[in-house]
Amino acid sequence: MPLYYDDDQAMLAETAQAFMSEEGAIAKQLRHWRDRDCKDGFGHGLWKQFAEMGFTGMLVDEDDGGLGMGHVEAGIVLENIGRNLTPSPFLSSSVLAATALKHGSDDVRGRWLPGLIEGEKVYSVAIDEGAKHRPETIACKAEKSGNGFRLSGKKDFVVYGASSEMIVVAARTSGDDSDSDGITLFAVPQDASGMSHDSVRLVDSSMASHVTFDGVELDGDAVIGEVDGGRDVLNAMLMAGRVGAAAEGVGVASGAMDMTVDYLKQRKQFGKLIGEFQALQHRAAHLYSEVEIARAVTIKAAQLLDGGSEKADLMASVAKAKVAKAAGLAVKEGVQMHGGIGMTDEYDIGLYMKRDRALQEFLGDMYYHAGRVAEMSGY
Amino acid sequence: MSDLEAFRAETREWLEANCPPEMRQPVRDEQDIYWGGRNATFKNDAQKAWFEACRDKGYTVPEWPKEYGGAGLSPAEGKILRQEMSRMGARPPLSSFGIWMLGPALLHFGTEGQKKRFLNEIAAGEIRWCQGYSEPGSGSDLVSMQTYGEDKGDHWVVNGQKIWTSYADEADWIFCLVRTDKQNKYQGITFMLFDMAGSGVTTKPIKLISGNSPFCETFFDDVSVPKSYGEDCPGYVGEINRGWDVAKYLLGHEREMISGAGGGDRTAAIGAAMKRNAGELDAVLRAELAMFDVDALAYTAMGEKFLDEMKVGKGHPAQPNMMKYAGTELNKRRHELMMAAGGSRALEWESDETSGGKPARNWLRTKANSIEGGTSEVMLNVISKRILDLPGA
Repeated sequence: MPLYYDDDQAMLAETAQAFMSEEGAIAKQLRHWRDRDCKDGFGHGLWKQFAEMGFTGMLVDEDDGGLGMGHVEAGIVLENIGRNLTPSPFLSSSVLAATALKHGSDDVRGRWLPGLIEGEKVYSVAIDEGAKHRPETIACKAEKSGNGFRLSGKKDFVVYGASSEMIVVAARTSGDDSDSDGITLFAVPQDASGMSHDSVRLVDSSMASHVTFDGVELDGDAVIGEVDGGRDVLNAMLMAGRVGAAAEGVGVASGAMDMTVDYLKQRKQFGKLIGEFQALQHRAAHLYSEVEIARAVTIKAAQLLDGGSEKADLMASVAKAKVAKAAGLAVKEGVQMHGGIGMTDEYDIGLYMKRDRALQEFLGDMYYHAGRVAEMSGY
Repeated sequence: MSDLEAFRAETREWLEANCPPEMRQPVRDEQDIYWGGRNATFKNDAQKAWFEACRDKGYTVPEWPKEYGGAGLSPAEGKILRQEMSRMGARPPLSSFGIWMLGPALLHFGTEGQKKRFLNEIAAGEIRWCQGYSEPGSGSDLVSMQTYGEDKGDHWVVNGQKIWTSYADEADWIFCLVRTDKQNKYQGITFMLFDMAGSGVTTKPIKLISGNSPFCETFFDDVSVPKSYGEDCPGYVGEINRGWDVAKYLLGHEREMISGAGGGDRTAAIGAAMKRNAGELDAVLRAELAMFDVDALAYTAMGEKFLDEMKVGKGHPAQPNMMKYAGTELNKRRHELMMAAGGSRALEWESDETSGGKPARNWLRTKANSIEGGTSEVMLNVISKRILDLPGA
C-alpha cells in the first residue's frame, strides 16, 4: 500500500480539515470552554456534530451501524483535531473504547455502540494506576461475586472520566499484579455504585479523573471479551490509542510549526524579518524534517495496524516516540521563536505546548516507547 | 499467475542459476566491488562470471531501454529484481558513476547518438566515469567555479582544477562542469564529456582521515575538448552554457542516492546488532541506541513514503534535500554509536578481526556524508527557501 492518502482518504482529509478549522477552532472550542471553566472540558454540541459528520463511529464495524473504516482514516480526523487543539472525546471514545467494544458480545455492543455512533454518549478508558503509563502491571482487582464481579482499586489519568457514560476498565481477575494473563476488561456504567471520580483540570485544560472503585458490583454482562483473557483486547486497544495519539501529535506539531513559520515571515527585529536570519532558518528547516518523518511513520503504523501486521506493535511505539520528539521540538521552538509574545496567554502557541505535554504523557511517553522498541528488538 | 508473479519466478530461477555463491557474500573491501573500465581486472572468476551474465541479460542497468544496454524492465519489475537480489544477498555486478549519475542525465538530456554510444558503454562496463564538479573554493557553492573552457570553434581549451573527484585516478572519462561564459553566473556553465587519457589531464589522490583515498585533485592544463564526437553525438550534454540545468538534475539524483531513499542498511536499526557484538550494554548507551532506532525506523518509513510519492509525482520537488539532510545526519550518528558499542576493538586500525580497521575507517568516512553532495547547511538553506518559503533565504 503506498504511503500517501488514496482518493477517498484525501477527500476525508479535506472534509475533516474544513470542519475542524471552522467548528473545532481554538477560539470557538478550547478557549471558549476553558474561559467558562467548563467542568466537562469539551462541548457536547460539537460531539453531536462529530456524529453528524460520521466521525464518531468510523472505527465501528458496518454490521454494528458504524462506517467500518480504519486507523488511517481515524488518524486523519485526529491530525486535524491536533492541529486545531479541538477538545473532544474522540480519541478516548471513538478510538480506544470503540476498539475494546469490537471484542464485546452482541449484548455489550448492542448496549453501548448506538449511543457512541449517535454522539449521545461519551466513553473513556481506565488503564494507568500511577503517574506513569505502565500497563504491564495491573493491580485493580475484580473478584467473582454471585454471577458477576466486585471491582476494587484505583485508576489514574482517566480522560474525561467524570463526563463519561461508561468507562472501559482493565482489572485483574487472577494472578499477580505483573502477570500477563489474568486481565479482564469491563464496561463500567457511570451510575455504578461505589465508583467515585476525583476530577481535575490538566495543564491543557482538559479534564481527567482519579477514579476509585470501592467494591463496585458488576453484572457478568459487563465483561468485554473473555474473563482472564483481556490482555489481547487491552493490547489491541493500546495500539489503536497509541497510533491515534501519534496522529493527533502530528497535528499539534504541524499546527505549531505553521504558526511559527508564519511568524518568522512577519516579525521584524534589527530592521529585518526574523525569518531572514540563518540561525532561525536552519532550526525551522530541521524542525520541518522532523515533523515530516514523524508524519510518515505515523501513517506507516496506521497502515500496518489496519493490515493486521505483526509489525504494528513495534511501529506503533516507534510512531508514538518519534512524534513525541518531533512535536516536543515543534512547541519548544514555537514558543522560543515567538519570543515574549509566545509566553502570553493571549497567543495560541503556548496552548500547543500544553496540549503536547498532555498528549506525550498519554499512553506512554517517548522514553517508555523507545524502551519498548529496544525490548521488542531484543536488547 | 500474474505477469509479475511469473516474472518473479523466472528472475529467481535465473539468479539461482547465474549468481555464483562467492557473489552472495557481503562486500568486505574495495576489491569486492567491480567498477569496470578500460583497465579493469576481476578479482576472481566468480566476479567475472557474475558481471558477464548480468551484462548479457541487461541487468547491470535493468530499467534502461534494451537499445541502450538495459533489460527494459518496468519499475515494478525492477523492484522485483532488486528484492530478489537482496533476498539472496547478491552483490551488484557493476558499480559505476556512469550508472548512478551520468546515465540518468543522458537519458533525460542526451541526444539519440549520445545515448546509443555512451549508455551502451556504461552498461557494458567498458568506460569508467568520474564526476568533475567541485573546485577548491567552490564546494557547496558550485556556481562560483572557475575552470574555464575557451571557445576555439570546433573545440574548447579547458584550464583549471577540480577537487574531490572520486576515483579520478582510475577513471577513463569525466563528466565535467566548465565555465564557458564568465559574465553569467548560472547560464555560463557547460556540462562537458571528455577522455582523461588525452594530454593535459593529471590526477593526484587525496588521503583522508580514514586513511583511504577515494578522492583526487584533478588538473586541466590546455585540455582540448571536442564539441562533437560524430554525428548526433555532441561533446556536451544539454545546451552550451546551460549545463547548470543538467547539474541540478544530477544533484537531485545524487541526493536521493546519498539519502539512502531505497532503504539499505545505512539507516536500519542497530540496537540488536550492537548487543550481539558488545554483550551487555550500558544503560545510557542502550537508551541512546533505542532513541536512534526510533529515528532510524521512522526515517525508513519516510524513505518509503518519499519513493511512493515520487512514483506518482506527488511530494515537494525539494524533498530530496530533506531526505539527504536527515539521512546523512542519521548515518553519522549511527557510526558514532557503533564505535561506542564496539569499544577498544572498534579502535583497531589494522587487524584481521576488524577487516583492516573497517569500523574506525567507516566511522571517519561518514563525517563526509554531511559535506559531500551539498552540506547539511546548504540542504537546510534549500528547505528554508523552497519548502518553507522563508524571506531572503
